[in-house]
Amino acid sequence: MKEHTLETPHKRRSTRVKQRWNMQRNWTLHMMLVPAVLLALVFQYIPMGGIVIAFQDFKPYLGFSESTWVGWDNFRYLFLYPDVGQVIWNTLVIAFFKIIAGLFAPFLFAILLNEVRLTAFKRVSQTLVYLPHFLSWVILGGILLDILSPQGGMVNQLVVAFGGEPIFFLGDGTWFRITLILSDVWKEFGFGTIVFLASLSGINPALYEAAEVDGANRFKQTLHITIPALMPITIVLMTLSIGNILNAGFDQVFNLYNPLVYDKGDIIDTFVYRLGILNGKMSFATAVGLFKSVVATILIVISYRMAYKLANYRVF
Amino acid sequence: MYYKTKGYRIFSIANYTFLGILSILCILPIIHILAVSFSSMAPASSNLVTFWPIGFTTDAYVKTFGNSNFINSLIVSLKRTVIATIIGMVIMLITAFPLSKEDISFKGRSLYTWFFVFTILFSGGLIPSYILIQKLGLMNTIWALILPGALSVWNVILMMNFFRGLPKELEEAAYLDGAGHIKTLILVYVPLSLPAIATLSLFTMVYQWNSWFDGMIYMSDIKNYPLASLLQTIIVQQDLSKINVDPSMLENISQRTVRAAQIFIGALPILMVYPFLQRFFVKGIVIGAVKE
Repeated sequence: MKEHTLETPHKRRSTRVKQRWNMQRNWTLHMMLVPAVLLALVFQYIPMGGIVIAFQDFKPYLGFSESTWVGWDNFRYLFLYPDVGQVIWNTLVIAFFKIIAGLFAPFLFAILLNEVRLTAFKRVSQTLVYLPHFLSWVILGGILLDILSPQGGMVNQLVVAFGGEPIFFLGDGTWFRITLILSDVWKEFGFGTIVFLASLSGINPALYEAAEVDGANRFKQTLHITIPALMPITIVLMTLSIGNILNAGFDQVFNLYNPLVYDKGDIIDTFVYRLGILNGKMSFATAVGLFKSVVATILIVISYRMAYKLANYRVF
Repeated sequence: MYYKTKGYRIFSIANYTFLGILSILCILPIIHILAVSFSSMAPASSNLVTFWPIGFTTDAYVKTFGNSNFINSLIVSLKRTVIATIIGMVIMLITAFPLSKEDISFKGRSLYTWFFVFTILFSGGLIPSYILIQKLGLMNTIWALILPGALSVWNVILMMNFFRGLPKELEEAAYLDGAGHIKTLILVYVPLSLPAIATLSLFTMVYQWNSWFDGMIYMSDIKNYPLASLLQTIIVQQDLSKINVDPSMLENISQRTVRAAQIFIGALPILMVYPFLQRFFVKGIVIGAVKE
């Protein structure tokens, strides 16, 4: 008891001191966050407030307060506007094939690269295939316009050399979609292998040794050790890509498309840009963008939860 | 051993050949553009050039640098890349540091985190952001290109995870020696995270150099276009109406060799930092992705 009374004031004082000390210290921490909070408020949260114009007939000269409110009209219009259905469909098709190709190509490349025993070869190969990832679609678009040109572009020279007719890659809807998917693979498959290679390097070599002793050849080892080892990360990537199903790649499409392929190549983002910035239909464009944003956010949240449940993967 | 069997040897040869061809194929288009840019006009426009210049000349580069719009844009791009990277890194560090603290020692941490993470999940979209920049009077200023992207939440998360991987004892030692948070960050955390900071600055630089869309919508005067936006306009859209040059110049700009030279110059800074990037990025990404 005596001990207790002796100790309490001391303890209390020490916690109080600690608290004040913490407050003073944390004050600096709060201050450090001020610039970021301001930036996020101004450039992220205020535009979120700006989505009210999706419910208005917004006229820039009238401003937010004077423009007339139209309720859900813009969204009703969204489902009546003739092009919207096609645009959403284009987005889904292009994004779907990009996701599949963008998973499969790095997967395969990583497995093949894993069989390479010459370190120098491996390193040079990686250096070359990672490079396009760092170039922008403006640069790559400029290059593609040149090499895919039907008037003697390098690729069409090759097509003609093999006895084919020159293909108008960027002027024909179906070829345009194929070009989008292949050129996306060109840009991203190398970079995509990094995560697979990381998983491959984590495989316990004892597994291979045991398989070797049991008489399994390399193909069987790949089938029963390597591929199963890559499954968890593949499942995670696949799940997370659900959130991207409405992102068909604005930069790429915008730098490659032209009015000839609007019917099969126009995606939500490019549609919103043309409608809102070029044609000045700001309210309708915002409504379309908001529709996309809401669906995408829901999908991202679902996909992250799924990735957590399926593979115990956490981003944060 | 498996790699001594005949079957595996055959596979190995096929594999090396396939990977070799595939790797070269990835950069072949870039080599082609480089070859075209150094060729003389006639062979280039009759599509004779493949991977080696025909009639070597630096004419296209001379013409490119003779265009004042191009020089202007180059300067805008350099300015924006340098300023945005510096600001971005400072903001990243001072934001990641408090967020890397434990919830118990820094109350409000998770609230802040969610405040930032929400901006990844949901955004107001193109039109409201455009109106905002207009209302703030940032149109046609370099700040329209820098400020909206000054806070990269992804970078903050990567940096935060990196900070968390540093030994707690260092921080405690610094506090016991009487250093405040700011001193601890600058004298303990930053020196220890230099490789990570270098990686993220390189990524930021690449991102800034490559950004073209903001320049295109926020700048109405071609003088303020960063290089990527200029290239987008004159090479991809082939819209020469915005460039005020005399007709003889116009012809020069639309030549195939000059277009190739412009593309190559646009890619050059990336090609130059690429070796450094490559050394860092695999490590950097792994460091950021692994927790605990």
